[in-house]
Amino acid sequence: MLGHILGRLGQALLVMLVMSALVFVGVYAIGNPIDVLIGPDVSQDIRLDTIARYGLDQPLYVQYFTFLGRILQGDFGRSFVFGMPVLDLILSRLPATLELTLAAVCGAALIGIPAGIYAGYRPDGLAAKAIMTISILGFSVPTFWIGLVLIIAFAVELQWLPAGGRGETFAVFGVEWSFLTANGLSHLLLPAANLAFFKLALMTRLARAGTREAMLSDTVKFARAAGLSEWTVLRRHVLRLIAIPLVTVFGLEFASTLAFAVVTETIFSWPGIGKLIIDSITSLDRPVMVAYLMLVSFVFIMINFLVDLAYVGLDPRLRRAGSR
Amino acid sequence: MSQALPTKEPLPAKEVSPTARFWAEFRESKVAVGALVVVVLMLGVAIFAPLVAPQNPYDLANLVLMDARRPPGFIGSAGYTHILGTDAQGRDLFSAILYGLRISLQMGLIAGSLAFTVGVTLGVGAAYLGGRWEAFIMRVVDLQLAFPAILLALVLSALLGQGKTQLIAALAAAQYAYFARTAHGAASAERSKDYVEAVLSTPLPAWRVVLKHIFPNCLPPLIVVATVQVASAIALEATLSFLGVGLPVTEPSLGMLISNGFQYMLSGRYWISIYPGIALIVLIVAINLVGDRIRDQVNPRLKR
Repeated sequence: MLGHILGRLGQALLVMLVMSALVFVGVYAIGNPIDVLIGPDVSQDIRLDTIARYGLDQPLYVQYFTFLGRILQGDFGRSFVFGMPVLDLILSRLPATLELTLAAVCGAALIGIPAGIYAGYRPDGLAAKAIMTISILGFSVPTFWIGLVLIIAFAVELQWLPAGGRGETFAVFGVEWSFLTANGLSHLLLPAANLAFFKLALMTRLARAGTREAMLSDTVKFARAAGLSEWTVLRRHVLRLIAIPLVTVFGLEFASTLAFAVVTETIFSWPGIGKLIIDSITSLDRPVMVAYLMLVSFVFIMINFLVDLAYVGLDPRLRRAGSR
Repeated sequence: MSQALPTKEPLPAKEVSPTARFWAEFRESKVAVGALVVVVLMLGVAIFAPLVAPQNPYDLANLVLMDARRPPGFIGSAGYTHILGTDAQGRDLFSAILYGLRISLQMGLIAGSLAFTVGVTLGVGAAYLGGRWEAFIMRVVDLQLAFPAILLALVLSALLGQGKTQLIAALAAAQYAYFARTAHGAASAERSKDYVEAVLSTPLPAWRVVLKHIFPNCLPPLIVVATVQVASAIALEATLSFLGVGLPVTEPSLGMLISNGFQYMLSGRYWISIYPGIALIVLIVAINLVGDRIRDQVNPRLKR
C-alpha cells in the first residue's frame, strides 16, 4: 500500500519536472524576452546590464536550474505588465475562478444527477427523451456560444441579469467573494450557468447509464421484493450504486472546469485566472504564462494522484494487490 | 442475428458487400440520414462558396461602408438582398458565413487527419511492438488524456504563435491521444488473435501484416472517433479564434466571425454574431449525430 503511494508520488513528481522543463523551454526559448523588458532605444550598456541581471547570458540549462530553484522557493518572478510578483497576482485572482468553478460543478451535479437518474429510471418516457436530447446539445455546442446566447437572452433582451464583471464582493479573511452579496450573486449566475452546461450534459449521461444498469441489478430486485417504495429504492440503493463513478468524475471534472473557465471568464469579463492567462498571452507577459501553466499542471497532477488514491481506498481488490 | 449464439443460416445467394450492408443499416435512422444530408450539403456549399455566395466578402472593392451593420433582409447598394444582414464592414453576412465555413471545415479536416495519422501510427505501433515501447507510448498518451484538449490547444497555440500551420499543429497535438488510445485498444485485441499469429509466421514483412491485416480490423471504432474528433476540432478552432489566439485575422473562420460580432451584441445587433454561430452549431451537431449512429452500429452490444 505504502509502496504503491510512494511510487505514484514519484511518478507525479517526475511528470511535474518534465512539465516544468517543457514550459520553460516553450515560453523562454521562443522569442526574446529582452525586447519585452526594455525599449528598443536604450543604450547598449543598459541592454547588456539587463541581460546580465536576468541571467539571460547564461547557457539554457543554467537558466533552467536557476528558474527551478526560484520556483522551489515560491518565486515565480514579476509580471511584466502588472509589475507585481506573479504569485501574488495569481493568488489574488484565484478566488474568483474557484468560486465560479465550484458554483458550476455543484450546480451541474445537483441538476444533472437527478435528471439522469430519472431518465435512466423511465428511459422510454417523453421527459427522458427530452433530457437526452438536451444533453446531446450540451455536448456538441461550444461553451462560448452558449455564453453568447445567455447574454443575449438574459442580459440584452430581458435585462434580468448583468452581462459581465463580479459585482459587489464581500471580504472573508481578506478574500473577496461574490456569492455573499445579492448583487454579486446575480453577476455569478450567468457565467456559472454557462460553465455548468457542458458538465450538466456529462453528469446526466453518466447518471442515466449508471441507473439503467443498476435498475437491472439483484440489489434493486430484492429491495423491491422486500416491499420498499420506489423512492426509497432509488434514494437508498440506486444512488449508492452509481455514487462511486460519479464522485470520481466529479473530481476530474472539477480540474477540467478550471481550464474551461478560460472561455467563460473571457466572455463575461470575470476577473479570474482564466482571463488573466488570455490577457497575458496577448500581452506576451511570460512570467504569468509560466506560473499559470505550472499551477494548472500541478492541480491536474495532484487531482489525478488523489483519484488514484481514492480508487485504492474504494476498491478493496486494489488494496490487496498493493499489499502483496 | 439473435443474441450471441452462432446461427447456422445458409449464406445468402448474393454476396452483400460490407459497405452496402453498413449503409442499409445506417439508413434505418432517419435522424442520422438527415444529419448526413446536412453535413454533405454544408461541405458542398463550403467547397463551392465562390459560386454560391452573392459577393466575395474579402474583396475590398465589393464593400460599401454605408451598408454596414444592416439587419437581415436589407437591400444593399449592390442591388441584392442581404438575407442575413451585414457586418461592421458592410460585408454580406451570408457570404462571409460560407467563406468562414470553408476555413472551419478545412481546419477541422486537416487537423483531424493529422491527428488520425499520428495517433493511429503510435497506437497500432505500440500494440504491435509491445514491451517497453508500448508501456512508454501509452503512458505518455494516458498522461495527455488527463489534460483537457482545450487547455493543451490554448497553450500550444500561445507558444507556437498565430498562423494556420501552427494552429493545425496545436489542434492535432491536442487530439492525437484519443486516436492513439482507441487504436491501441483495438490493435492489441487483434494482435493476440490466431489469424495474426498465422500471418506473422509467413515470410511477409511486418509492415505488411500491420497495414493489411491489423489496421483494417481496427477501423470501425476509429471511424467513430474520427467523426467526433473532426467535430471537436472545428469547435476547438472556433473557440480559440473567438479568444483571439487561433487563426490570424486574414483567415476569418466561423469562430472569428462570431468574435467580430460579439462587441455589437450588447447594442442589440445580434445577427452579426448569431448567424455564424448557428451555422457552426448545425455543422457540429450534424457531424456528432452521424458519429453517434455509426457508434451504435459498430457497438456489438447493441446488435439485434
